[in-house]
Amino acid sequence: MAISRDEVLHVARLARLALTDDEVERLTAELDKILEAVGIVAELDLADVPPTSHPLDLANVWDDDVPHDSLSVEDALANAPEVEDGLFRVPAWRQ
Amino acid sequence: MAPVVDTLRLTAEEAKGLLERGELTAAELRGAYFDAIGERDPELHCYLRTTEDAEGEGVPIALKDVISTKGVETTAGSRILSGYVPVFDATVAARVKEAGLSLLGKTNLDEFAMGSSTENSAWGPSRNPWDPARVPGGSGGGSAAAVSAGLAPWALGSDTGGSIKQPSALCGNVGLRPTYGSVSRYGIVAFASSLDQIGPVGKTVRDVALLYSIIAGRDPRDSTTAELPEPVRLPEGDSLAGVRIGVPTELNEAEGIEPGVRDLVRRALDLAADLGAEVEECSLPRSVRYGLSCYYLIAPAEASSNLARYDGVRYGPRAEASSYQDMVDRTRDEGFGDEPKRRIMLGTYALSAGYYDAFYGQAQKVRTLLIREHREALGRFDVLACPTSPTVAFPIGERADDPLAMYASDILTIPSNLAGLPGLSIPCGLSDGLPVGLQLIGPQFGENGLFGVAHALEQALAFDTVPERLR
Repeated sequence: MAISRDEVLHVARLARLALTDDEVERLTAELDKILEAVGIVAELDLADVPPTSHPLDLANVWDDDVPHDSLSVEDALANAPEVEDGLFRVPAWRQ
Repeated sequence: MAPVVDTLRLTAEEAKGLLERGELTAAELRGAYFDAIGERDPELHCYLRTTEDAEGEGVPIALKDVISTKGVETTAGSRILSGYVPVFDATVAARVKEAGLSLLGKTNLDEFAMGSSTENSAWGPSRNPWDPARVPGGSGGGSAAAVSAGLAPWALGSDTGGSIKQPSALCGNVGLRPTYGSVSRYGIVAFASSLDQIGPVGKTVRDVALLYSIIAGRDPRDSTTAELPEPVRLPEGDSLAGVRIGVPTELNEAEGIEPGVRDLVRRALDLAADLGAEVEECSLPRSVRYGLSCYYLIAPAEASSNLARYDGVRYGPRAEASSYQDMVDRTRDEGFGDEPKRRIMLGTYALSAGYYDAFYGQAQKVRTLLIREHREALGRFDVLACPTSPTVAFPIGERADDPLAMYASDILTIPSNLAGLPGLSIPCGLSDGLPVGLQLIGPQFGENGLFGVAHALEQALAFDTVPERLR
């Protein structure tokens, strides 16, 4: 097995997904197959090859430091499920 | 009296001419498309919503629903963005508006552009205009099917692993995935940021070139864009004299390529030789063996990061819960469909402590190899050619329960995407009554060269882009 049920539960916690038991079961099987398939990248010896994070040869792109319009508070909050006093409202943090 | 417009045949360029010569008003032209939409979209489901009241006196356009449109709901095909109404336009939406183009509506897609069939849309699949029992490809199946069915003269899509090129191939039209960095992603619902590109879909290469000229170029709001080295040229000639076309063996003889697809691509290459091109075999030794694996580590890793923003705080629906943590975890589980969850999980795993080097880090190095081998081949050839999709459009449901089979749909589009190169799919014939796409790959910012080759071939192939059942 490339991935265990416990690992799936651990990854779900990292990914902030409250998976149902059925989903955990299905994803364990699916991820196992997918990881086995994509794992073939390991067969290449790439010790001397640099990684690519981005295929465009650009670095340090600067913009002129001039103020420009940004979203109004009203616009920024327009799609929020819950708003109070110009702020995003969320349930209390679990202690 | 206004001329009767056949939206199935009208190209964007012809529509532009009719408007400029005053032979048709913009309202009449839009009316013709909305009539066609009313007639055929209930069956095909290309649109998630139409925008009858949109402004603009130019040629109408459809936009894939990953492109933010101010005041028009944009869901990326996901429940987690249902009801989301952008308060600003994506740069590409702003550019088409500035050019006078009027919005017809937002087109269907696989959720978050993750898929090859549009079956992953939370709002139900689109159907292929050539055979409604089959998929239109994906993720941009709505845009491609709309263009083929005469429901839009042209459209914009997004392409991460093949989401413009593959649907264009399966629907029998022209789709360009531009060079990475040539078109702004500002205001696009992000999937995998080192791969996502916005690009045009149309009936002809010239339409696609024209639309590309409207959207391309540096955007101060997207630091991953670059200025084009030369202006976009609308292609004209019909000769391929002196053009060197490389035919990578691995991408033309990969396992899973249907005989009908292989034969039509070969015939198109023979035709290219007749037009004066030098057609020669070449090799991209690692692209097929490792490309798909490399992609399915890098793209999910980036997706897991990009999709972290959907937390029920700033937009979208929110799950009921008594604590913040439970609210976020439940909102995400209820809001995301199966494919985004699979990719978030896969990507989170590939980036997690203990696995990062073996999976994500290794994939980034494989990507370097693929870039090198493409650069080497394109040092000897002007363009590379292969099928866009290994198969014609497949029946709805056929690959829906087998993620790896679905992923393999993009085995031929992914390698050049990882290399950041432009790719153009043009139709090259019918296999059992279904369109086959020829993929042409060029060097970075080599779009003009691709347009030239594709236009000459298009004239010689004389493919009829109107689905047989609608003629």
